[in-house]
Parts: sequence; structure tokens; C-alpha cells
Amino acid sequence: MSHELTWLLVAVPAVSAAILLLGGKATNAWGHLLGTLAPVISFAFGVVLFFQMRGKSDGERSETVRLFEWFSVGHIKVDFTLLIDPLSILFVLLITGVGSLIHIYSIGYMEHDERRRRFFGFLNLFIASMLLLVLAADYLLVFVGWEGVGLASYLLIGFWQIKNSAAVAAKKAFVVNRVGDIGLSLAVMSMWALFGSSAFSTVNAGAEHLSKTWATLLGLMLLLAACGKSAQVPLQSWLLDAMEGPTPVSALIHAATMVTAGVYLVVRSHAIYAVTDAASTAVVIVGTVTALAGAIIGCAKDDIKKALAGSTMSQIGYMMLAAGLGPAGYVFAIFHLLTHGFFKANMFLGAGSVMHGMNDDVNMRHYGALRSAMKVTFVTFGFGYLAILGIPPFAGFFSKDKIIEAAFADNIVIGLCALLGAGITAFYMTRVMIMTFFGKKRWAEDVHPHESPKVMTWPLIILAALSLGGGALYFAGHWIVDWLAPIVGHEEEHAPLSATVMTIITLAVVAVGIAISVLMYRRDIPREAPAGSPITTFARRDLYGDALNEALFMRPGQYLTRTLVWLDNRGIDGLVNGLAALFGGLSGRLRRFQTGFVRSYALSMVFGAAFVVVALLAVRLS
Amino acid sequence: MNIGWLTLLLLLPFVGAIVTMLIPKAKALTAKQVALGFSLVTLVLTVIVAIGYHRNGPDDYAETYTWIKAFGAHYALGLDGVGVVLVVLTALLSPIVIIASWNDAQSGRWSEKSFFAWILGLEALSIGVFSATDVFLFYVLFEATLIPMYFLIGGFGGPQRSYAAVKFLLYSLLGGLLMLASVVGLYVVSAKHGAPSYLLTDMMKLDISQNTERWLFLGFFFAFAVKAPMVPFHTWLPDAAGEATPGTSVLLVGVLDKIGTFGMIRFCLGLFPNASQWATPVVLVLALISVLYGALLAIGQTDIKRLIAYTSISHFGFIVMGIFALTSQGLTGSTLYMFNHGLSTAALFLVAGYLISRRGSARIADYGGVEKVAPVLAGTFLFAGLSSLALPGLSPFISEFMVLAGTFSRHKVIAVIAVLGIVLAALYILLMYQRTMTGPVRAGIEKLKDLNAREILAIAPLIILIIGLGIFPKPIVDIIKPAIDSTMQRVGVTDKAPQIPVTEGQK
Repeated sequence: MSHELTWLLVAVPAVSAAILLLGGKATNAWGHLLGTLAPVISFAFGVVLFFQMRGKSDGERSETVRLFEWFSVGHIKVDFTLLIDPLSILFVLLITGVGSLIHIYSIGYMEHDERRRRFFGFLNLFIASMLLLVLAADYLLVFVGWEGVGLASYLLIGFWQIKNSAAVAAKKAFVVNRVGDIGLSLAVMSMWALFGSSAFSTVNAGAEHLSKTWATLLGLMLLLAACGKSAQVPLQSWLLDAMEGPTPVSALIHAATMVTAGVYLVVRSHAIYAVTDAASTAVVIVGTVTALAGAIIGCAKDDIKKALAGSTMSQIGYMMLAAGLGPAGYVFAIFHLLTHGFFKANMFLGAGSVMHGMNDDVNMRHYGALRSAMKVTFVTFGFGYLAILGIPPFAGFFSKDKIIEAAFADNIVIGLCALLGAGITAFYMTRVMIMTFFGKKRWAEDVHPHESPKVMTWPLIILAALSLGGGALYFAGHWIVDWLAPIVGHEEEHAPLSATVMTIITLAVVAVGIAISVLMYRRDIPREAPAGSPITTFARRDLYGDALNEALFMRPGQYLTRTLVWLDNRGIDGLVNGLAALFGGLSGRLRRFQTGFVRSYALSMVFGAAFVVVALLAVRLS
Repeated sequence: MNIGWLTLLLLLPFVGAIVTMLIPKAKALTAKQVALGFSLVTLVLTVIVAIGYHRNGPDDYAETYTWIKAFGAHYALGLDGVGVVLVVLTALLSPIVIIASWNDAQSGRWSEKSFFAWILGLEALSIGVFSATDVFLFYVLFEATLIPMYFLIGGFGGPQRSYAAVKFLLYSLLGGLLMLASVVGLYVVSAKHGAPSYLLTDMMKLDISQNTERWLFLGFFFAFAVKAPMVPFHTWLPDAAGEATPGTSVLLVGVLDKIGTFGMIRFCLGLFPNASQWATPVVLVLALISVLYGALLAIGQTDIKRLIAYTSISHFGFIVMGIFALTSQGLTGSTLYMFNHGLSTAALFLVAGYLISRRGSARIADYGGVEKVAPVLAGTFLFAGLSSLALPGLSPFISEFMVLAGTFSRHKVIAVIAVLGIVLAALYILLMYQRTMTGPVRAGIEKLKDLNAREILAIAPLIILIIGLGIFPKPIVDIIKPAIDSTMQRVGVTDKAPQIPVTEGQK
């Protein structure tokens, strides 16, 4: 098999999705098996492609596969072309690998759902779209994958749409993402106007000739798109609500893959950001703000999924921060994206396993002491916990440490923020750990926690192993740096302090975070959340992000539409109807002799024509 | 006798309409089957014509006969890329509407068979409008399309159908009168140049003074703006579409209203290129207002059919914007948009109609939780909605994006504001979906039946085309291209060259 068949990666899950969604009840019995097989096949093929690529020398690893001409209009020609290179292959492996594990897990998790087949259909649709997103070689084609994953996300957040909250959350996610899509649309339009093409190859080649203004505008448009998809401030508000979806969805789409697409977009557009410091700085600021905002939100949530969602925001903030640093950070942004994909998927599935044993309760105040009831879940979750904290030798240690180091090398304030974020992360993750697995039982009487079936625990075990071993991508001879540098470039920036000192400082800050958390939560935890300080309320309410959106957009928008509807009925239409009445109640009279209507219409036409002819002649004569 | 292809296309549904009317009232089923048969044969012939046009160009399809010598009027038919696309759309939607409306005309003011006869009549006249190459013939057919539509709205539909039908007619009448004035004016100008001729090719050669050109342009443009419809001449559409049967609405918005935007390309740009350029700033602003106003009004609607009507006002704003952007992306996009909008709005109206016929109400508030009881209905509704909001991967995305990009290349501010429309589109579609299809099952919905085979049959071709042309739009874009090139040449505009040309070798 060769790279010419790259399209199969996308086609296999797409066909499977079509079968599952169009096949109806006939596919109920085996739908979940087909649905699981599809990403496994894509993964296997991805592995083959990866090893083929490894066998080649640096300069020959990127291959474009032109499938057909999509359309051409004027100067613009857009091809349906895929790009398989060291960057996209890593995503392929992450999406199909973690994706396969999550599909397997879902067989157990969704076992009692009567719509399980459709769930797998939607998941397959997601996998196909996400693969198209990362394999497309033209920004417009990226857009197809980009909204495809948005659609899959919409369908899956709203999977239990019989609940109003799920339906509303799904719509919110789609609409907020569309705000981001304004950025991507405008970016592609600008590329067409500037380069006459939106193909990566053309944009990369032309980017260095961009004026500063255009480069900055393009950079900001792409950042807007990235903010929507990756839930970065100010378009973050949808992600917490997205936890209405089934937990495997949260793990796959809203932690490991789709929400990191914004980071991919920025890294992929490195040629543009290379020309504009302003836009790059904006990326860094957005990333830093989100890293802290997400962490603060994570501290205040009692809902285990929302705590993890805040954490996801925060971790993607780190990736975005790194991506904004340019060649000093691109590799580490992608590295952290991969390790985060492992350990966050691990923890989300772990949370799902906990919920599975707790009658779908998500409130950590009702948990406690689950470590003995759910040993596998506890240990695997623990691996994810150690990884996100950045405890050596877990994967997160290598990836996050490098980002903090690069941040310090760039700017001391950004560096301090990144360091502070690590401390807060340690605090809220320890809180999750204690509230869930340690302390006293706080379960309701009818709850009997139990370990999940093997089909769910095995994916956990594998992901836990990856959370531990994922760091090897870096510490084994800086492999990932050598792998990605030919594509995105790499420069080693030197922090003001030596790497060892930086590591020690970071670990110290993490230790402080853990310590504070242990001191606060080793006491008895009430089943009801106590009224918190204004700061707690601030964090619990997602830093008033929703309140702000409501005040700025939703309510004025509602007033505007209501006023316009009123005006349209009374104003424009009323005016016209009034005019008609003025002309002798024309419409009323016409209505009275319906049968003769066409005749009278023809008459009035002739009359009108005569009038106009007379008028024209009069004008000519005068 | 040698009958031209286009005459045949026009005659076939016309004869079908007469035959359908001649069948006794008691045999309504036979009448429907006959009507469906005629529309299907017309579709097959149309596809043959379209393929032939694609292969051999327009020459095989031109027909010209003198009609009224004194006026210089001809019976002249011919095709260009824009015309072909719209003729195909008309021939495609007619049988689909007939199948979907199979049981919708039983309680009309007139006999059931007449509903289907009027559909065929409308089809014949619309095909004529899209292929007329004589201005006088176009005008006559343009006005004649009002008659079947009047009967379709006024005879079969909701309680306010008479009001809606009269309103539709009055608006169209007003627009038609102004166009008539311009048509007469063209005669005056043509007569000045010697023997008068209404043939488009002759009219294009006329040397019209600046002021006259502008006045004549305005007459045509106003008629087309009412038809399209653009804000502020739009209020007849929500009433008409709200009262008419879903099938009628499909033909009204999908085919009849396209005459407006079609006319803008063929007659406004074709006959009055300088005046069109002169009017561009105002038209673009009006189009932009239509895009946003239509979308905002759609968000605020409480009635499903009126909501869809307002989404169309927004979509027509995009089409007009693309036309008057005067770029090949804009014009190609707009032509493609006319076709794709026909598909997506047809799907939306028809599924909405399926839903409404089950519950007997078009109020959004009367629904909720339909997905639970009728998943196929909900799924097709969502699909139609997604195509209406131009989801990338579906065919409307390509046309909408071309329109925006074509506008962007010349009028950045307008395009940037118009892009807000994509957020509003997501809102109006998904809000409607959320309110009707999701949430707990509302009282009165519990026993709602899912789609039957006939209903799926009517909607399936639309879904297949929306996906197929989203992935592979090339054939239809290629058909449109020559017409757009010649229009651009006629108006005297060229595309802006890229600022930073990058050759392939530079990678």
C-alpha cells in the first residue's frame, strides 16, 4: 500500500458512517462492531503509512495526493488534494488510535442505549471529518473537515437531545463555532484575493511576500477560527456546556482531538505567522489567558466532567501559547497536543467509568473513597493525573516542561503565567483526585459502585500506559523534534535559567499546588456545595463568560429581531397595504370578484401599458 | 415539421397540463399519474438537452421565428449556461413537487387535478422564460407565469390564501408594469435605429444614451427586485409561502423567484451594462440589507413556513450580491446558488410540509421532541436545514462561498459584513430544529408517523444531488462558465489579478 491510497483513511469511516446512518434498524445488531472496525482499519493503515514515511529521508516525506479538481472559477482553482506529511501522520495516528480505543470503550459504555448504532454512526462521521481536516492540502478543504467535525460534535453533544439542556448545548456549540468560522471564511477569501489560491503550497510560498498588514490580518482571522474550535477566550463558552454529550464523546472530541484543531491550524499556518509578530503575540496572549481561565474554572467545578473540561481549555491554552512562540514552540505545541490526547482521553474515560458505577451521577461531592471499589479506574486515572501534573517520568512532564521553558525564554510575564498555571493545575487535579477516590464515602444509599467491564477497562489501561510512556517521543533522542522540524521549523530558545533549575522550580510550584489542595480537601466534604466567596462564584459561573455573551449579544439580538419583526409587519407591510387601501380599496374589491380576476388583471395590464406608452410619447414630444 | 428541442420542452408540459385537465374529475388518481408522467418525460428530455449543450454548445438549440413583425417581436428560444441550469432546475423540481404534493390538493377550491395541471402549466411557462431570447417574448411569458401561480396559491392552501394570492399578484403586477414601460422604451430606442427588433442579440447592439439606459435599467431591475424578492419589496413572499401548499412554495421560491435573479444577469447586465455598473453601489447595499434583514426576521418567526420564506429572502440577497459584485466568482457563484438554493429550499419546504400535514399546524410552538417519534423525518429536516445554512461539503456551501469571495475581491466591507450571515443562518436553522425536533415529546406529537415511502422518494433525489454536487460541482460549474465569461465581457469587467502571484514552480 502506498500513500496514493491515503484517501482510504477518510473513506473507510465515511462509508461506515453512511451504512450505519442510512441502514436503519437492520444494522442495529452489528452496527457497533462495524463502527469500531472502521477506525481500527484506518489506524492500521495509518501505521503502515507512518513506517513507510519513516523509511524515507527528511526531504521526501511530504506527499500530496491529488484526487480530482473540486472546481475552478476565474483565476481560482481548488483541487481535492490530500497532504500526508510528518505533521498530518501524527494526527492520523492520534485520531485513529485514541479514536479506536474510545470506540471500543463505547461498546460497553453505550450498551444499554437503544440508539447505540446511531451513536457509532456519528462517531465514524467525526473520525472521517477529522481525518479530512488534518489531511486536506487546501484551506477550503480544511474548512469541509472543520465544519464536518463541528457537525459531528453538534450531533453528539445533543445525542440525548430529549433533554432540553443537551439540545441547547449542541446548538450553542455550533453557533459559537460559526462565529469562529467567520475567521476561516475571511482568511480563505483573503488568500484567494492575495495569492489566487488557498492551497497550502501556494500560501506557504507566497507568505513571505505578504505586507505586514495582510499577514497580521490573516493571522488574526485564523486565530479567530482557532478560538472557536479550540474553545479559547473569548469563544470558550461552549465547551463546558458540551459536557452534556456522552462521556466517550467528551474524551474523543472535546478533549483529545477536535478541540485541538485550532492548534493544528495555527501550526499549519506557520508561514503566515512567521511574517507577523503582532498576530503571533495575539496567539500567545489568547493561549496564556485561556490557560489561566480554564484552570481557574477547573478549580470551582463539582461536576467531574466540567472540572476536566476546564482543564482541557487550560491545556489547549498551553498548546496555543507554544504555537504563538513560533519555531521555538511549534514542536512542543504538537508534542503536548499528543500527550494531552493520551492522558486527557484517559481521564475522561476514567470519569465515564466512575459515572458508570455511580448511576451516571457526575457530582464529585457524591463520590469519595472509590479507590477500593474501582481499582483499575483508580490506578489508570492516577496515571493520567500524574501525567497532567507533569511528574517525571510521565508524558506530561516532558511536554509541559518544554512549553514553560520556551515561554520563559520568550517573555518573563508569559513564563510566570505558565508556571502559575501549572500550580493551579496541580491544585484542581488533586482536588478531583481526592474528591473522587479518597476521603469518606458520600454515596447515596442506592448506589453500588463497581468496576466497569473489561471492554471499558482495557482502553483505560492502554491509555494509562501511553500517559506514562508518551514522553518517549521526546526523551528518546528528541525524536519528535527531528521529525517535525523539517515541516514546521525549530529553534532552540534558551531560558534565562538552565533547564534543570527550571524543572526544579516547576516541580516545586506543582508541589505547592498539591499541598494546598490536600490541606483543603482532606477535611470532610459536604454533599451540598457551600456558598462560596465571590471569587468561587466567579469561577463556578465560568468567569461570567455566559453572562457576558448574554448581555452583549443574546439580549440585544433578541430585542433587535423582535423589533424588526414588529416593524416588518406594521411598518413595511402596513405601509404598502395602506397605500393599496388609498387606491380605492383595490385589493378588497378585487377579492370580491375572484372569478373574473384574471380578466381584470389582464385589463389592468393593458390599461397600464397604454398609460405608459402615452407617457413615453408625451416625454418624447415635449 | 421541424420542432426545436426547446419548443418541445415547452410544449410537453403544456400539453400535459391540457391532457390532465381533460381527464374527468372522478379519476383524480389517473390525472395525477398522467401529470407525473409528463413531468418525468420532460425531465428526461431536459437532461438530454443539457448533456447535448455541454458537449456541442448552444447552436443546436437556437430557434428564431418572426412573431409580430410591426413590433419586431420574435418567437426566439436559445440557451446559455445560466439558462440551462435553471431549465434543469425547473424540470427537476416539477416531478418532485408532484410526488410530494400527491395528497395535498384534495381540499382546494378547485378540483384536485387542476392543481397538477397548473403545476405543468407553470413548468412550461418557466422553461419558456429561461430560454426566451427575445425581450418581448420574455416579457409576455414573465407575466404569464403569474396566472398558474395565482391559481396555485389562491386555490389550494391555508385560510388566508386569497389575501396572499392577491397580494402576490398586486406586487408582481406593479413590477411588471414598470418592466413593461422599459420594454416599450426599448422599442422606441430600437425603432430609432431602423427596423425594430426585440431579439436580444439585436438589442445588445443598440446605442442607448446614458440617461435612457438608466431609466430602462430601473424598470427591469425593479420588476426583478420585486420578484427576487429584495428588501423592501419582500413582504408578499412570507404571506404567499405561508399560505400556499408546500409544493407551491417550492415552485414559487425555487423556480418563479429565480426569474428575478436570472433576469438581472441576462437583461440588466446584458442590455444595460453601463447602467448596471452605475447602480452597483446601491444594489449591493440593498442586497446586504436583504441578507441580514431576511436572516434576522427568520430568527424571529413563530411559523415554520414563514421562517423558511424569510431565509429565502436572505439567500436571494446573497444571489443579488454575487451578481452585482461583477466578478466571475460572484456571477458563477450566484448562478450556482440559484440552483443549489432550489434544491435546499425545496427539501426544507417539503419536509416542513410533511411535518405540518401530520400535526395540522405550522406554529413552531406546537412541536417538540419529534426526533424521538419520527427520526427519519427529523433527520431529513436537519439535513435540509444544514444545506440551507451552507454546511461545507454540501452543494450550497460552494455557491455561497464563491459569492462571498467574489464580493470580497472588490467590495471588502460589504463582504465582511455579509459573512455575519453565516452565523445568523446557523441560528435560524438550529433554533427551529431545536424547538421542533428536540426536547421532551410534546402533547399531540406522540403518535406522529414517520415518513412513508412516497415522501422519501420525493426528497431522496434532492439529498443525493446536494451531497453529490457538494463533492463534485465541476460539471455544473463548467456549464455555467462560458455564459459568465461573455456576461463579464459584455459589462466590460475583469477579475482582479492576485496581489502576490505564485507560480507552481515557486514551491
